[in-house]
Amino acid sequence: MMPSELRAALTRRAFLGKTAQGVGGVALASLLAPAAMASPGVLSRLALPQKAKRVIWLSMAGGPSHLETFDPKPKLAEMHGQPMPESFTKGQQLAQLQGQKLTCFGPQHKFAKFGRNQTEICELFPQIGSVIDDVCLIRSMTTDAINHDPAHMFMNTGSQIAGRPSMGSWVTYGLGVESEDLPGFVVLTSLGKGGQNQPIAARQWSSGFLPSKHQGVQLRSKGDPVMYLTNPPGVSRDAQGGDVDAIAALNLHRDKVVADPEVATRIAQYEMAFKMQASVPKLMDVTAEDPKTLALYGCVPGDGSFAANCLLARRLAERGVRFIQLYHKDWDHHGGIKDGIALKAAEIDRACMALITDLKQRGMLDDTLIVWAGEFGRTPMSQGGSGRDHHSKAMTVWMAGGGIKGGIVHGQTDELGYAAVDKVTTVHDLHATMLHQLGINHEAFSIKFQGLDAKLTGVEPSKPIKEIIA
Amino acid sequence: MSVRIALASLCLTAPLASAAEPVEFNRDIRPILSDNCFYCHGNDASHRKAKLRLDIREEALKKKAFAPGNAEESELIKRLASLDLEEMMPPPDSHKKLTAEQKELLKRWIAQGAKYQNHWSYETPVKAPTSTPEKAIDELVDRRLASKHLQPAAEADRRTLARRLQADLLGLPPTPEEVDAFVKDTSPDAYAKLVDRLIDSPHYGERMAIGWLDVVRFADTIGYHSDTPRNVWPYRDYVIRSFNQNKPFDRFTLEQLAGDLLPDSDREAKVGSAFNRLLLTTEEGGAQAKDYQQRMLNDRVRAVGAAWLGQTTGCAQCHDHKFDPFSQRDFYSLGAFFADIHEPDIGRREEGLLLTTPEQEKRLAELAGEVAKTKKALDVAALTLADDITAWEKELSEETQPVSAAKKTKAKAKRKDPDAKLAAQATPILKKLAAKRNAAEKLIIRDYYLSVHPEILKSERVAVATAQKTHDAYRAEIPKCLVTTKAAVVRTVRVLPRGNWMDESGVEVKAALPHYLPQPKLEGRTPDRLDLAKWLISRENPLTARVVMNRLWMQFFGTALSKNPGDLGAQGELPPNQALLDWLAVEFMDSQWDMKHMVRLIVNSDAYRRSSVASPAQTAADPYNRELGRQSPYRLDAELVRDNALAIAGLLTPQIGGPSVKPYQPERYWENLNFPTREYMADKGDSQYRRGLYVWWQRSFLHPSMLAFDAPSREESCTDRTRSNIPQQALVMLNDPTYVEASRAFAVRALAEKGDDDQRITWAWRRALQRNPDAKELGTLRKVLTERRAAYKADPAAAKELLKVGLTPPPAQADPTELAAWTHVTRVVLNLHETLTRD
Repeated sequence: MMPSELRAALTRRAFLGKTAQGVGGVALASLLAPAAMASPGVLSRLALPQKAKRVIWLSMAGGPSHLETFDPKPKLAEMHGQPMPESFTKGQQLAQLQGQKLTCFGPQHKFAKFGRNQTEICELFPQIGSVIDDVCLIRSMTTDAINHDPAHMFMNTGSQIAGRPSMGSWVTYGLGVESEDLPGFVVLTSLGKGGQNQPIAARQWSSGFLPSKHQGVQLRSKGDPVMYLTNPPGVSRDAQGGDVDAIAALNLHRDKVVADPEVATRIAQYEMAFKMQASVPKLMDVTAEDPKTLALYGCVPGDGSFAANCLLARRLAERGVRFIQLYHKDWDHHGGIKDGIALKAAEIDRACMALITDLKQRGMLDDTLIVWAGEFGRTPMSQGGSGRDHHSKAMTVWMAGGGIKGGIVHGQTDELGYAAVDKVTTVHDLHATMLHQLGINHEAFSIKFQGLDAKLTGVEPSKPIKEIIA
Repeated sequence: MSVRIALASLCLTAPLASAAEPVEFNRDIRPILSDNCFYCHGNDASHRKAKLRLDIREEALKKKAFAPGNAEESELIKRLASLDLEEMMPPPDSHKKLTAEQKELLKRWIAQGAKYQNHWSYETPVKAPTSTPEKAIDELVDRRLASKHLQPAAEADRRTLARRLQADLLGLPPTPEEVDAFVKDTSPDAYAKLVDRLIDSPHYGERMAIGWLDVVRFADTIGYHSDTPRNVWPYRDYVIRSFNQNKPFDRFTLEQLAGDLLPDSDREAKVGSAFNRLLLTTEEGGAQAKDYQQRMLNDRVRAVGAAWLGQTTGCAQCHDHKFDPFSQRDFYSLGAFFADIHEPDIGRREEGLLLTTPEQEKRLAELAGEVAKTKKALDVAALTLADDITAWEKELSEETQPVSAAKKTKAKAKRKDPDAKLAAQATPILKKLAAKRNAAEKLIIRDYYLSVHPEILKSERVAVATAQKTHDAYRAEIPKCLVTTKAAVVRTVRVLPRGNWMDESGVEVKAALPHYLPQPKLEGRTPDRLDLAKWLISRENPLTARVVMNRLWMQFFGTALSKNPGDLGAQGELPPNQALLDWLAVEFMDSQWDMKHMVRLIVNSDAYRRSSVASPAQTAADPYNRELGRQSPYRLDAELVRDNALAIAGLLTPQIGGPSVKPYQPERYWENLNFPTREYMADKGDSQYRRGLYVWWQRSFLHPSMLAFDAPSREESCTDRTRSNIPQQALVMLNDPTYVEASRAFAVRALAEKGDDDQRITWAWRRALQRNPDAKELGTLRKVLTERRAAYKADPAAAKELLKVGLTPPPAQADPTELAAWTHVTRVVLNLHETLTRD
């Protein structure tokens, strides 16, 4: 549609951009870039080789137990029912168990060995086991927060204070957006069937103090996939396009008087919105997928399940979306963990395998970094005889693809799975590692906020986990 | 969008002193040292390297950092030039690098004697000489312009001025008739009269409130985890009222921080003290009391720092501030002012102060009387039950003897379902001899008896229940507001090492004011919140008036005078026109903190009235208009985008204040909320068409149309909204039912006008933009109309679908095809950049 006038306007912007850049200022690159979705990031030259071009982050919301998933603890099984030795817990921060009698609670499911290195994981996850040679388990992850909301904030933004940019925003800010007609940072959520679906606030994908265009855009499987995406009833695509054209023409005409660079941006954003109205439904429509692919994921199109979201994640990755974050809820097993975990395994095991396999088949696993993580782990102590409480000192996170070594285990917890003791890693280390794989030096990637060079990895020293990098 | 972020990176590199000019520490040197050196050689002793600090001249000289007058011999200059990885400064791992110009400036500064200045914003502001207060702003602006050889822009045309004033003072568009009257008014004080009329409008308070509500992080919900509601909306109305009544800003401050402690504390002051309760709280199970006690302290220190002091106090939670003299001890001492606030650490807040009108109070008393009366009647009637109760008690005691299972079941059945609470209360009493029970205990036994015998005294009991229900329902409708009350026991506050709430090894601190700022006389007393408030608005405090005026300026020019309104510290910006900011600050205090006086001075200035159209020469010379040679165009704030469309469409309900409202919202937008899960119920009737500042502020899921236009979640104090331009805004304007309905209502009005298509288009255009469309504009809209007409004629069902959007039904006599086609015309008008822009 765009008349030559607009092109002229955009060229004029480019000219203005040049002038302003002469003055200096790193963020001007993004400020004055052509206002389509696709735009370069502020990091024009990457400090490191870029192993991963994009991230798919599988957030297991609620805090999965490492003791029933990826961290085998036979000693804990032996100690089941006995008092938790005080040497472990004295003076420590607990959540709901604070001040209560602490009893060891053995793993509720058996573990089995998988892959060339005979890695032990819970037998409820045989599909993940089947691709374990592509997966790197980090059994020594720790976090600073112990309640869901602050812990999610910490995992996503590196800070427990609201208002910081989420990692997806940082990454699109730094690396830019490749997709012409989709946002660079997309979020999908799914519910578990166990009824422990903790709330998740939109701040988890907020761009914080970065420009709003870097905020995560939530895609939903029911209703409008993006807020206000669908035309009003009775308005055809033609009619919508006609209105958008008229708005653009009138804006451009007026710009002759006001000479405001925001006008060209406004026109481009309307054009982008109009494009998204077509591209997003196309993205969401998986009916054209090979039935074998659907079977691989084990999902019914449009059922809103985690598996369906994994398939969408692959489709988003294919379309150049930079940062894809999936939340799957219902991991908050204060009680009934035995059945609860089994339910979760049924919901995610095949889907995780399918995502890895599918990307691998398409040659995309090499440059796609998959991260699987909750916001914290769970206590080796019993809560109410059938569950586990929140726990910050130990959790397992795994990564696959994107230049991460497969088939290895990094770090370990003590014999009861209470605290990480070997090669202890932090959330900031995880962020540093992810940025490293994306070609970014986490220490040099900052923006001024409240006078400080604010970084995703905060002020305390942190470093990429070199041992797991291929 | 990221204009301000871009500016932030710009200012640090812009060389300000030309070679001939003397170097000035605050303007030229401090920004370089602060940004590149203070992190390791500044205020934070625990992080200081080589025991060298560069923020204090004597200390720097002691360590021979430089030799005044001799740049070449200065260690600082040598280190900057060094290529040795061990020697060079800043060190490579800091990822900091000085530009050639910055290095040159430092050399010249040392050559000129390496003079220091105290940080500008900690110095008492003084007024630069000007002729009269009315001319002061322009004299100070023009002085700067002349020194920079910049030509100011001409005054904007009257239509633009009217639109600008309405947007800035009311947040509502003028009608074309109002603009015409102003354009035609040839009296010399036409402009001043318009200003006065707008400042006196009750909508002025609404407009002024928006910025303050951001700063104090006003929201309807608690923020953390379940993000459940709490009662605070009367505080929002208090803010609106305060601006409308032109409450002096010092009083406004006293009420909010210490409304409960004022000697003349009244209900208004108490509602103002809700400020102290606006922070984030949690109801999450498993949350630790001490953890959240600490989070709340931190939250308050950050908010006071941002709202009044323009200091980034949050930096000092874990260590001394890196750039400013604010110490970690200052952080906790400031937090200790709030340790007397009565509140739970975790869990549900109380319902708050009941805000009855005299009529409500009377009615509530009547209803309470009714409850008492029915209870009395029940008591009297129950006197006859004494023997029955004795007999029943005997039966009960027999049940407790060992009996057969069958008998037990039978007895249980006979007892029906006793009220669990009553049963628990009654059980111990039943063990006492009847004669030994007091009146209250007797009453419990009686009620327990009644609870298992619902058939007895039924009518009396129904009367009590009904009266109680009526009373409670009436009470539930009365506004309530969380307010500040003093706790009996003041919480202990300690300096927390690394900000860790579990580490209680730090020293205990009492309330104290930041040590580096002028101190009040306290005669050995520990100050309280009232002292804090008084100190904030004292003449000696160099920050508050500057901070408030800096933000006020932003409302009228788009950018604050010191461009980071939340930070007037070392990493903030020395305002290019410091004399202007200081003059405004002193005038504000001289006028007894008269906000309307300051607003009047600003909007009556020539500087405010200039055109916002930048010539290429102006853009080149002053790209970000920091010298104020012109006005700036910018998009309306989120709330005003909504207000503007509703007002133009004729849908706006102009009611001031009241409970927050719920406009249409996409289904399942709240699906990620839990404890409890919630269904959003959009308001019906007039509430659907209220102004944006009344929209329900759900912190974790702010209304998506507000979020798209950069309304902050208000989880943290927001002193400066971003102003983005993103595709989501287009989706909102095109597809949100609010704007679809507004387009249709607007079209109904256009169609009601007499005339042909062109005349009606012109009418609609003027309604939105208060100017006539030119031939091209008219032609574009005519084309939209013609095409839509044809399309809807071919598909009348589609037309009817479109008209169904929204609660207000279209007039029965309207031709659906015609109205639908016109809805597109008005929709295009509502979507124009010009409609969304204040220029």
